Amino acid sequence: MIAVYIETDGGSIKKSSLEALAYGADLAAQTGDQCAAVLLGSTSDVNLGDSGANKTLTITGDALSTFTAETFAAAMDQACAELDAHTIIISNTYNGKSIAPRLAVKRNAAIVSGVVSQADTSTGFSVRKSCFSNKAFAQVAVNGENRVITLIPNSYEVKSFGLSASASTSAYVGPQATVKSVSIDKVKGKIPLTEAELVVSAGRGMKGPENWGMIEELADILGAATACSKPVSDMDWRPHSEHVGQTGITIKPNLYIAVGISGAIQHLAGVSSSKVICVINTDPEAPFFKAADYGIVGDAFEVVPKLIARAKELKTA
Amino acid sequence: MNILVCVSPVPDTTTKITFADNNTKFNTNGVQFIINPYDELALTRALEITEAQGGEVTVITVGTAGTEPIIRKALAIGAHNAIRVNLDPVDAMQVAKAIQVAVADKSFDLILTGRESIDHNGGLVAGLLAELMGMNLINVVTKIDVDGTTVTAVRDIDGGRETVSCELPAVLSAQKDLCEPRIPNMRGIMQARTKPLQVVEYSESATGTSVSSFELPPAKEGVKLIDAANAGELIDLLRTEKKLI
Ligand SMILES: Cc1cc2nc3c(=O)[nH]c(=O)nc-3n(C[C@H](O)[C@H](O)[C@H](O)COP(=O)(O)OP(=O)(O)OC[C@H]3O[C@@H](n4cnc5c(N)ncnc54)[C@H](O)[C@@H]3O)c2cc1C
Ligand SMILES: Cc1cc2nc3c(=O)[nH]c(=O)nc-3n(C[C@H](O)[C@H](O)[C@H](O)COP(=O)(O)OP(=O)(O)OC[C@H]3O[C@@H](n4cnc5c(N)ncnc54)[C@H](O)[C@@H]3O)c2cc1C
Repeated sequence: MIAVYIETDGGSIKKSSLEALAYGADLAAQTGDQCAAVLLGSTSDVNLGDSGANKTLTITGDALSTFTAETFAAAMDQACAELDAHTIIISNTYNGKSIAPRLAVKRNAAIVSGVVSQADTSTGFSVRKSCFSNKAFAQVAVNGENRVITLIPNSYEVKSFGLSASASTSAYVGPQATVKSVSIDKVKGKIPLTEAELVVSAGRGMKGPENWGMIEELADILGAATACSKPVSDMDWRPHSEHVGQTGITIKPNLYIAVGISGAIQHLAGVSSSKVICVINTDPEAPFFKAADYGIVGDAFEVVPKLIARAKELKTA
Repeated sequence: MNILVCVSPVPDTTTKITFADNNTKFNTNGVQFIINPYDELALTRALEITEAQGGEVTVITVGTAGTEPIIRKALAIGAHNAIRVNLDPVDAMQVAKAIQVAVADKSFDLILTGRESIDHNGGLVAGLLAELMGMNLINVVTKIDVDGTTVTAVRDIDGGRETVSCELPAVLSAQKDLCEPRIPNMRGIMQARTKPLQVVEYSESATGTSVSSFELPPAKEGVKLIDAANAGELIDLLRTEKKLI
């Protein structure tokens, strides 16, 4: 059995978990196995069969009402034991990455994080992971019977499988949390950067925080999240949660628009696996153009309003 | 308050990555190795805590003799003593198990790691250590405060931050913004030469994973330039050529 951890946020299932489920379901089909979706704490009325599950298992208990790595890893361990799961797929989110290593030790499993493509099961079990901060990929052979795989968001397509999943529930029997949540501070009403399919990002070329209005407007009209370069978050022009790059968040959106960012190697490390990259910069020699699919050599203060205007036209057309 | 800081030697952030032996090995020729940037933050914060509250900072590196300059640098920044596990590590699980065995006869109130190593980007060692050693885990933290036997930390979550607290001992992994990294001064460099560096062996060789080959990302086809005067065309291209918007 292949088990997939389904992460919820405010009661709704994260898209990255549905990607993990599609990955698990395809892997099950490829190896003549079955795939189970595991929900922790809260049930969901979403039909996970259509997203690839042959089965759903919900572990319930008060200890699972807020996330801790300890309780969630213990609950996943319980679920995997009940399901007799040998392969566990977890999305590479902050919470996923906290659970995965603890679970690997509990299950006596090999673990590979940052996986970007479906396993090659023709001989053994081998996966591709990104390494050297997106500057390379490694093909990693995974030995042994048990394995934990963490999948980078936006690496795998969500599909309709048209299965119907049988559902069961078990009460949590693991330990109580010893790490206590004191408070949560979340940026409200915005698309989380790690899950965004489209991203508009800006750098020091914007001159100051007061000029971000047009960046937000462009992002809004495209339905994109906003990001920034390191100096911009260091100077507090933008929140730390928007900083992408080697020392910030690594993202893999379908579209990355970079405005007034030079394209330093450490910045590229966080964004270079974006599917399409557009660069707007006054300097034709800016290194970012070498990594771009589309480029506009020009002043952001003239170019961005033109993009907004055209996007608006197409939206109302 | 005794703190263990795990230090991973990694290629400098500006390194051009290439591979050797038919793409099966990272080409270390001419590569400058540095302390993993997140580990530098962990070390600095550990020193701040012990300076305020007493205690010692021990750094540990799993690596061959070639990693000793990195360890001496950590001692020069201010760590009190160091352990090197003499092993060329293959994966994060092996690193965590080697650390667990190497410190089995010692006791630490706090174990700090980096959020991830910038070479293999595993982000796993902290969680593995916590589970192996039966300790609490707080991953990817931008703030650490220790009060008596309680640690309070701010951790990154998707789209925000969460403040959490737990009892010591605990394993925490450092994220950018934790503190300003310290750089060694002349006095530190002199002192580092005589600080204790214990070398321990680790014999278990079986590992769960092995890299069979490396590959560089495919080169971009080349940029398609759009005239700034007709910038709006970009939106049309993204719509028609790429079907993105
Ligand atoms: C260890 C280490 C880790 C790092 N990690 C990161 C990281 O994670 N993320 C990151 O981003 N950086 C990181 N950096 C910093 C990185 O090296 C660069 O300094 C940084 O990315 C530059 O940010 P920028 O492109 O916004 O600014 P700059 O390099 O100053 O570039 C500004 C660009 O804007 C252009 N410009 C100016 N005016 C306009 C205008 N009106 N319209 C259009 N374009 C304009 C300029 O031509 C220039 O190309 C790291 C550095 C180190 C040493
Ligand atoms: C030339 C070379 C080739 C290598 N080849 C491989 C390879 O093919 N596959 C592979 O997985 N690894 C390889 N390694 C080892 C790798 O550098 C790591 O030590 C190990 O794999 C853990 O990496 P990670 O990214 O999973 O760690 P992460 O979990 O990302 O590391 C998080 C933190 O754990 C601590 N940590 C990590 N590694 C060490 C360490 N060695 N000693 C002390 N603390 C540490 C640090 O605090 C670090 O910030 C190689 C190392 C070198 C120098």
